[in-house]
Amino acid sequence: MKWNVEKTTKTLLFAASLVIIIIASGMVLSLMNGSIPAFKEFGLKFIISTEWNPTEGNEHYGALPFIVGTILTSVIAIIICIPLAFSTSLFISELYRGTKVASIIGTMVDMLAGIPSIVYGLWGFYVLRPWIIDLGFNSQGYGIFTAGLILAIMVIPYATSISTEIMLMVSNDLKEAAYSLGATRREVIFNVLIPNARSGIFTSFILAFGRALGETMAVTMLIGNANIIPKGIFDTGNTMASIIANQFGEADGLKLSSLIAIGLLLFVMTGLINGLGKFIIKKL
Amino acid sequence: MKNFLAIILLAVIITSCNNGNSDNKSEAKDSKVSSITAAGATFPLPFYNIAFENYTKKTDILVTYGGIGSGGGIRSLKDKVVDFGATDAFLDAKQEAEMPAQILHIPTCIGAVVIAFNLTGITDLKLSNENLSDIFMGKITKWNDAKLVASNPGTKLPNVNITLVHRSDGSGTTYIFSDYMSKISKVWESTLGRGKSINWTVGMGAKGNPGVAGTIQQTVGTIGYIGSEFAFAQKISYAKIQNSAGNFIEPNLASISAAAQGDIPADTKVMLTNSSDAKAYPISGFTWLILYKEQNYNGRSKAQAEETVKVLSWMIEKDAQTLAEEVNYAKLPAMAVTKAKEILKTVVYDGTPLIK
Repeated sequence: MKWNVEKTTKTLLFAASLVIIIIASGMVLSLMNGSIPAFKEFGLKFIISTEWNPTEGNEHYGALPFIVGTILTSVIAIIICIPLAFSTSLFISELYRGTKVASIIGTMVDMLAGIPSIVYGLWGFYVLRPWIIDLGFNSQGYGIFTAGLILAIMVIPYATSISTEIMLMVSNDLKEAAYSLGATRREVIFNVLIPNARSGIFTSFILAFGRALGETMAVTMLIGNANIIPKGIFDTGNTMASIIANQFGEADGLKLSSLIAIGLLLFVMTGLINGLGKFIIKKL
Repeated sequence: MKNFLAIILLAVIITSCNNGNSDNKSEAKDSKVSSITAAGATFPLPFYNIAFENYTKKTDILVTYGGIGSGGGIRSLKDKVVDFGATDAFLDAKQEAEMPAQILHIPTCIGAVVIAFNLTGITDLKLSNENLSDIFMGKITKWNDAKLVASNPGTKLPNVNITLVHRSDGSGTTYIFSDYMSKISKVWESTLGRGKSINWTVGMGAKGNPGVAGTIQQTVGTIGYIGSEFAFAQKISYAKIQNSAGNFIEPNLASISAAAQGDIPADTKVMLTNSSDAKAYPISGFTWLILYKEQNYNGRSKAQAEETVKVLSWMIEKDAQTLAEEVNYAKLPAMAVTKAKEILKTVVYDGTPLIK
């Protein structure tokens, strides 16, 4: 029998993509299925209620404290991340392009991306937290700010390496043309490089933000895990991912369903943010 | 390109063949019992780890225990994916009704919850019932509060804020602690209540005993509750707690064991907290293994059922109980062992008892 390579390749590729679609839709379906009891019991109030009470007889679950915690930590992370990641990628891709220093820093940034979440958590627990106490932000060192800070360090490599790639892709012809017109380096960076790489740089921050939303382990170790809306950025709180990680083990019934519902909300939130990112990129 | 694809295809075929083979082999082995699977509570995990390891060495039967939490243990038994489960809080009537068949509770050891704290230079702290509940409900917020000073004469309590640390994950430790608090404080019972996780109004959460202990050891001014087995193995200060007879009791294996000296019901389903024994440490509790009374389910072989019961019987006997003390749990009092043996005698396969 003659073996049709083209056809086999096509079939294999199609099967592989199909598996992805099946897995993704299966996850959404099972999340939706699992969260039905919670939404049936609390309706849309589940999203706006601030009470998380697992005591038997008084069971009531609301996701707002965790939604607020997730957004606060991620926003803090991205605010800290943007200037650092932006400068680093400018340094690597433009100012010291092709030099040994740039390649060393590039490798270090990639290494940061490879460190497991739990290691960041441990470092935060033993090193970062005492600093926060010494600086007098709060008395135990846990809280939204500490978690946001560790998240910032964790997402910097993602934002940096994508931004760097994008900046490297800006055509040399354009830059040389600008130089030949008498532009200074600063002018080239702000008038040629950044406008051309804008959408890519923006995407890198959106991706970093998306990662910050779902990061679990390090946040769980540093946020203080108080299931209430934080009163300020130095107060303790909790995020959607870390409440799931914390309470899934012993949960059953309505509580389990509520945790799955939070998972679904997180999924939807991440999806919306990625969608928003794509939309803005098209506009830019 | 052609060659490359051919190789991939070949690899796929080979691996799929391999899988088929190994599956067949493991099925053939199953007629002889080689392994028993269990999962559940993390509170007794150090005891179960060492006990099952010893059992495996002794009998060549591999007992695998997954410390996935009491809730997970109950779920796994419900889904019939384990031979037995483990839980720190006995199943109430409603939970038992949700199980597909009747289940039995076998107590294995007694653990306690200690109140650990971190104050520079202070290792001795007495907590009356009222002070304990006031601290954990956020009514006392300073270490030098007049009420604390009054019950700790001779101890110089500093002017430091109290930082409360509780468990962020659901846990049997929290259940035992909140059960005790509900018994000593009416306000606690009507507001926070008892449960594996409760609606904390103050303080911060940390994951697992290591998380709580780590936070306390690292931060001056903290107080929190920790499983005794974990606390005893750490250099950490813990408070003397007032029991129902009014004595301030330091948690140790003897005072924890004393909590189970009272009467135990035939099904052993009892919370030992706030024991009436004058020497008892009041925040103590049994931990249980749970299994189905009728062992013929899901196509399990009789041999598998017999081995399951053998493991459970061994757990309450002297060898295993000595191991429990080695890892800082109090052993079962004689009365509890007798009752547990009686329960194991009621386990049946197709209606016939597995132990004569």
